[in-house]
Amino acid sequence: MNVMEFTAVVATVSFVAGLLGSLTGLGGGVVLVPLLTLLFHVDIRYAIGASLVSVIATSSGAAAAYVKEGFSNIRIGMFLEIATTFGALMGAFLATRIPTSALAIIFGAMLLYSAFLSRKPRPPAQRNLPPDPLATRLRLNGSFPDLEGPRSYNVQHVPTGFSLMFGAGALSGLLGIGSGAVKVLAMDQAMRIPFKVSTTTSNFMIGVTAAASAGVYLSRGYVDPGLAMPVMLGVLAGSLIGSRILVKAETKSLRLVFSLVILVLGLQMLYKGFWGKI
Amino acid sequence: MEVILGNLLRSGVLLSAAVVLWGGCIYLSRHAHEPANYRVFQGEPSEFRSIPGVIRSVMNGRGRGLIQLGLLLLIATPIARVSFSIVGFAIERDRMYVVFTLIVLAILLYSLLGSGIGV
Repeated sequence: MNVMEFTAVVATVSFVAGLLGSLTGLGGGVVLVPLLTLLFHVDIRYAIGASLVSVIATSSGAAAAYVKEGFSNIRIGMFLEIATTFGALMGAFLATRIPTSALAIIFGAMLLYSAFLSRKPRPPAQRNLPPDPLATRLRLNGSFPDLEGPRSYNVQHVPTGFSLMFGAGALSGLLGIGSGAVKVLAMDQAMRIPFKVSTTTSNFMIGVTAAASAGVYLSRGYVDPGLAMPVMLGVLAGSLIGSRILVKAETKSLRLVFSLVILVLGLQMLYKGFWGKI
Repeated sequence: MEVILGNLLRSGVLLSAAVVLWGGCIYLSRHAHEPANYRVFQGEPSEFRSIPGVIRSVMNGRGRGLIQLGLLLLIATPIARVSFSIVGFAIERDRMYVVFTLIVLAILLYSLLGSGIGV
């Protein structure tokens, strides 16, 4: 393939990944790295560099729309960003030291977990949980607009959530993804933050987290302009259009298809990683 | 404040996308028919790995230099957002969160400058 054909095909695939990622809420970054490595035989380090850049673009683009609606909690975001940015920095340094086959295996495991998580029902919404003293001290509790007026919530298990977010940041730095799956575990399940608040807040955190590892990737020469250009523009265009046509209709079957794709990609990454074909 | 931050993020992303697109057009107009090969990892040449290197390559009119400049702008967008949050928390006289935000900013700047991108 020459540069023109390669750019056109990668941009198209990135556009579809961004579109589906935003329509299903599962994020496009998670399928990009496996698609680039498995389909286009791009070295996994270049793929991670390009994906990381596209993650910043979609997160910042989407967060711009979200902050206006009053769902995202800036204090929760900033507090947890201490953990995610520190984790991302560690992850990025680690990524330059471990073999690519190990990266592929970790990536595969992450994909399988994401596929599993996307089929699991959401934890029930919290109702009148008692305020946690640490969360109160950190002023993490808040309220968000609901159908029957503002609804308040009390954040739980702050230390567990904080540690999990460190892990989410490390995975993001290691694999060049938004690692939304681990964030769900930390914010929804451990801290019991309401779904709308946790998704919008985590979306705005993803860009900051990714920016913490992007510097390391760029200086190590993992970000190739010829590859990052179609990936970033494609994913950004796809996710912007996806968020415009986000009508509730038929995302259910779309989610099923997308999580099957994630499952297959995860198995392939594991196979390639274990048999040293990457 | 929130609205300003939202607009800041949006314009940062759009500006960087425009620069990347512009650089991409120059790059494609010159290299369209060369073979594309990302199978073997070589690492980028130093002109695409550091801020001064990127600026030099933009000055030389290189398309890929412009793409990297756009990507640097993209990385700078969330950093600018965090910096503005410090002002926001300071206006609310929330000392604790000013400190938290400064910690995040320090980690971000360390990643950008400490990793050797600035030289």
